[in-house]
Amino acid sequence: MHNAKLLLAATLGASLFATTLHADEPIRLAVDVPYEPFEYKLPDGTLTGFEVELGNAVCEYLDEACTWVEQPWDGMIPALQARKFDAIMSSMAITEERARQVLFSEPYYTTPSAWITAKGNDIDISDRDSLEGLTVGVQRATLQDNYVTDLYGDVLEVRRYASADDVIADMRTGRLDLTFMDYPIAEAMIDIDTPESDFKRVSDFIKEPEKYFGQGVGVAFRQRDRELAERFNEALQALKTNGTYDEIMAKYFSYDVKL
Amino acid sequence: MEALMNWLEAQLADNSIFTLQTLGYYGEGLVTTVQLVFLSLIIGLVLAVPLAIGRGSRHAWLRLPIFFYCYVFRGTPLLVQLYLIYYGVVFVEGIQDTWLWLILEKPFVPALIAFTLNTAAYTTEIFRGAIKSTPRGEIEAARAYGMSWGLMMRRIVLPSAFRRALPAYGNEVIFMLHASAIASVVTIMDLTGAARFVYARFYAPFDAFLFVAAIYLCLTFAIIYFFRHLEKRLLAHLKPASG
Repeated sequence: MHNAKLLLAATLGASLFATTLHADEPIRLAVDVPYEPFEYKLPDGTLTGFEVELGNAVCEYLDEACTWVEQPWDGMIPALQARKFDAIMSSMAITEERARQVLFSEPYYTTPSAWITAKGNDIDISDRDSLEGLTVGVQRATLQDNYVTDLYGDVLEVRRYASADDVIADMRTGRLDLTFMDYPIAEAMIDIDTPESDFKRVSDFIKEPEKYFGQGVGVAFRQRDRELAERFNEALQALKTNGTYDEIMAKYFSYDVKL
Repeated sequence: MEALMNWLEAQLADNSIFTLQTLGYYGEGLVTTVQLVFLSLIIGLVLAVPLAIGRGSRHAWLRLPIFFYCYVFRGTPLLVQLYLIYYGVVFVEGIQDTWLWLILEKPFVPALIAFTLNTAAYTTEIFRGAIKSTPRGEIEAARAYGMSWGLMMRRIVLPSAFRRALPAYGNEVIFMLHASAIASVVTIMDLTGAARFVYARFYAPFDAFLFVAAIYLCLTFAIIYFFRHLEKRLLAHLKPASG
């Protein structure tokens, strides 16, 4: 009995000690790679991309050590809750449903989505009747998935893939007639809107309605880590005004993603 | 019917995850899973019988290819086989221009092929073992009666081998049901696909997957019950005599 008490006291003491030491522990940021140009690996294996550089800049501003953790997209939020890492910085758009589970920072970028098909296909997105029976590929559990399922689920056959790579693979096999994709991803993966691309964009840039596209992309934290979120907001705001953000953005985008 | 729907809607009114729409997804998923598993098991079984006989053949040209097939399909993960068949068929030159593509273009048939070949390999091995363990005396008796090889197989060896294989085969059926959960990686909306969809929509892993686990349990229960019934009938002669 006495021993048990002692052990309890020691554990409590250790955990108190651990919390005071917390400031020295690196902040663990999660990404799902590859998601070019936001997060991807160079041939030598180093992690880079817009969000990775921005995340590093935030950490530098906060004078904190940061490490990056790779986590597949569809287990992202549960893994955050399970304390596998401290924040998600992986192009997670702010939505009402997600905000019930996690705490978002202020949005730090937004990108449009677009309908894409193979060159040689003649598809008119605005003509709903002509879409009847066509197949569309989306990455599972993304905004694009929800958008297409809700608004086009009745005419298009929606196929859901684990990664954007798989969607592109099946665009090439001809199994898919269409994909609805985050535009920068399409730019990075299939050189969309260049003469070399095998694919073409068949719609304008789509950013609405907010119900699907949200207010933009934010860093996601556990609900209780309010303090950390506040510090990130402050850092992001500072980077946006002091030019660091623009510098990083110019390296990856030909258009404005700033919010 | 309408009254039933209204009742269901009232029952579901106070939760945001299990709506009529998501239950519809689960329902379709159930149908797809059952179709996929049932068809692959039936075709696999039909393939496995001649393969199992050939597997025990004296002729190396017959025995070795079958051995090799079983070895490959039992020696690699089903997930890998599924990927290879789903994405691999595309590399067959010109296949997209033939009528075959109409079938292979949908994810269902490539998955069915992968599952069938996989279960056929396992079932072949199960049957081979059962055939091999036929008591020598039965074979000698059949020969003594002047039965031809074909007749002996049909009347003596196979019926008793099937009986012996039954418990192991029941196991394979359950494994196949569970293995079918990977079908959703090639975009098939099976039970697991439906659960993933609901999970992704509502970020509620426990609700989505517990529900689907319960459905799998019910299916497994039905399979166990079916095989127990079958064993009771077909293996009645092995039961200890009572009374």
